[in-house]
Amino acid sequence: MRPPAAKPASPATRALQVVPPSGPTVWLTSFTAGAMAFLCVFALALSLASGRLADRWSEALARTATIRLSAPPEQVQLQTDAILALLATTPGIASFRAIDDAETRALLEPWFGPGLPIEALPIPRLFEVVEADPGYDAEGLRQRLAAEAPGALLDDHTRWRRPLAEAAGRIRLLGVLSIALIGAAMAAMITLAARAALAANAEVIRVLRLVGAKDSYIARAFVRRFTLRTLVGATLGAAAGVAGVAALPAADAAGGFLTGLGFTGTGWLWPLVLPPIAALVAFLATRRAAFAKLKELT
Amino acid sequence: MIAFENAAYSYSGGELLSDVSLRLAPGSFHFLTGPSGSGKSTFLKLAYAELLPTTGRVTLFDRDVTSLSRDDVARTRRRIGIVHQDCKFLDHLSLAANMALPFTVSERESAPQDLDDLLDWVGLSHLSSALPPQLSGGERQRAALARAVIVDPDVILADEPTGNVDWEMSLRILTLLVELNRMGKTILMATHDLNLIRQAKAQLQARVLRISNHRIQLAGADL
Repeated sequence: MRPPAAKPASPATRALQVVPPSGPTVWLTSFTAGAMAFLCVFALALSLASGRLADRWSEALARTATIRLSAPPEQVQLQTDAILALLATTPGIASFRAIDDAETRALLEPWFGPGLPIEALPIPRLFEVVEADPGYDAEGLRQRLAAEAPGALLDDHTRWRRPLAEAAGRIRLLGVLSIALIGAAMAAMITLAARAALAANAEVIRVLRLVGAKDSYIARAFVRRFTLRTLVGATLGAAAGVAGVAALPAADAAGGFLTGLGFTGTGWLWPLVLPPIAALVAFLATRRAAFAKLKELT
Repeated sequence: MIAFENAAYSYSGGELLSDVSLRLAPGSFHFLTGPSGSGKSTFLKLAYAELLPTTGRVTLFDRDVTSLSRDDVARTRRRIGIVHQDCKFLDHLSLAANMALPFTVSERESAPQDLDDLLDWVGLSHLSSALPPQLSGGERQRAALARAVIVDPDVILADEPTGNVDWEMSLRILTLLVELNRMGKTILMATHDLNLIRQAKAQLQARVLRISNHRIQLAGADL
């Protein structure tokens, strides 16, 4: 009596089975994909965080301006009134206010410590101006201030905003470049691993060619195996990377740039695209390597 | 089916085969003899497009081998069953999976009953789950023969299939090849075993080709 026949495997599964399942390239491919995905998560987080920072700085600084008044003591109140009156009649300003001594003291406290005798110091008086949409004519405002409050100076933060936004933009670019480099390095590593696997399986390839396997079939068998290994490795690496990012202190708690390195909202979905992209890179790299190596081998 | 027209093959060291003209008619049985290193394996490799002739012409199923793409060669090999003396298998797959390999690579389904029948035919039913390294030399040769015929090829090229087995097993393999020939398959078997050739000629109309001085000629009673 015959033993019951096992359920036949699908053609894709059988194609996968023709490549021996073990070998040094197994862990090398998975490890490389995992490590690269892990690094990619951090590069992605850096890129997204610097993008957020650039936007925040640009937006925050672009919508506010500061007027600094440095005048002899007897002129301060007179020019303060002139500035307030002038701002009240300037179109394109949403709101404005004079920053009082207590607030000025709080601003300076991180540098000079508490209990600063602000009255005894020649500290300029500050005015905060919040721009409406559309904004005001900065050059016109400067000219009117020069005429009516000669000690006033309008600072619309342009000279601060531009380099900060540029720096943040460059950090974002570096993040994107890092992701591209990581992807290229992963492609190179997987190509090497695939070529090594193909060379190590020259005898298997010879048998397959002998029984009528096309190059595309043999290549596909290797490509499937490498793509799956990469997908698994990258998934684990990306998961570890996300866990690492999640473990960083919250931005609100510490308030610094580095602690703001992470994902927000739908940004947490970005790492999900890494494993499929890694698998795609592996697919293309292995396929290219396989066809080249098959031509060498037979 | 397979034809050589003034075909020659040279290695960098010199000419191995020269001016070979031969046509394997459908349903014929040929033995190929000659001393070791005379070019028997090279002749067979030319016959399944593993090598290309350096001069002359080799045609497989009416197509010049030099005009075949790599995919064409693969497709052509599905019509040719090849058995080597050092028959190679995929050692990580079971005997049954190895035998079904020609189906697997052509992405066709093999009928389980056909596979079982084939295993019965070569007397290896009890080893269908065994891995190739667990098989003896004779079992490997029979398994290789079964693998070669599973896709119902038109031609079977056997390169010293009895080289590593005892006389009893040689006869068994020969019997299988004779049965295949009676089923209409074209057989070309390289061997240096003249006793085996005599045994075969007692059973069927076989022709003997001998490689001598780089050329192929009809030998023995066929002269």
